Amino acid sequence: MTEEDPVLQEIRRRQRARALIMAIGLFAFVALIYFITIAKMVVN
Amino acid sequence: MTTQTITHPMPADWRDLLALTKPRVMSLVVFTGLCGLLVAPVAIHPVLGFTAVLCIALGAGAAGALNQWYEADLDAAMKRTAGRPLPAGRMDRQSALHFGVGLAVFSVVLLGVATNWFAAAILAASILFYVLIYTVWLKRRTPQNIVIGGAAGAFPPLIGWAAATGDTATLPVLLFAIIFLWTPPHFWALSLFVRSDYAKAGVPMLPVVAGARATRLQILLYTLPMMAAAIAPWPLGLAGALYGATASALSLVFLGLAAQVAANRATEPAEMKPEKRLFAFSILYLFVLFGALVLDRWLIA
Repeated sequence: MTEEDPVLQEIRRRQRARALIMAIGLFAFVALIYFITIAKMVVN
Repeated sequence: MTTQTITHPMPADWRDLLALTKPRVMSLVVFTGLCGLLVAPVAIHPVLGFTAVLCIALGAGAAGALNQWYEADLDAAMKRTAGRPLPAGRMDRQSALHFGVGLAVFSVVLLGVATNWFAAAILAASILFYVLIYTVWLKRRTPQNIVIGGAAGAFPPLIGWAAATGDTATLPVLLFAIIFLWTPPHFWALSLFVRSDYAKAGVPMLPVVAGARATRLQILLYTLPMMAAAIAPWPLGLAGALYGATASALSLVFLGLAAQVAANRATEPAEMKPEKRLFAFSILYLFVLFGALVLDRWLIA
């Protein structure tokens, strides 16, 4: 078993954290667009 | 056999991306934008109202990121800002530029889709004003940087109002004027006690160019039209007695603190207690003033 370079480990950690935040952000965006569409239908 | 070294560019940490948006500055922008939205005579659907405030926050964050992208060299020269992600070397400039531009476009388009394109146009104008007029053009060239550039931070109530009504009126213009006239005393109070930082970075802030005495006098002079703008909604019939009394009392305290600053002759930051008091109070002033206006309008309604 080989030990991974700490720099690579840090890169992976940051990539994982950013991917998670991006996923949450995209999900929130889709949900927001859905609610905006409903709200605009109600208003109009 | 040859050995090859592969260098991996370190991606920015999400906390540094968040820091690029200047979250503390954003809180005041969001609050004033929300107040602009809440005092509008038209009730907006809560989802659309939430989206409008979110877009104001994202737009402000984008402007902050683009400001830090352009000013990385200045920030590195100042103690107060040297720890930011770009001058500290925790992020490359291109990532900051892409993040800022992406966030700006996203916030403007989302606001246009959710509310109306008039509000989106004002948001776009405010981002462009902050980045191009203030950051790129004025900040390094003139001691009036904060006077003209202050307009950028004054747009949120107009955007909030426009998001609700699709139009503008006297009250949001007055709210714009209050923030516009509030900005110079607020920033000059700060720049007095961080003067050496600005001087070291070569930023021509008023205390650096004209000296502490002239700056203190200007703080007092700008306080007077700011007071007039703050109290104006009351005699104009746009707000009631609750707002009038709050605005008058707060403005008198502001004037008293500005007079203390004008009377101070200290040159060392440690002796600039009146300036620090005025700076701290100016933030509270805007929060309470706008909060009182919302409360007053709701009581009338």
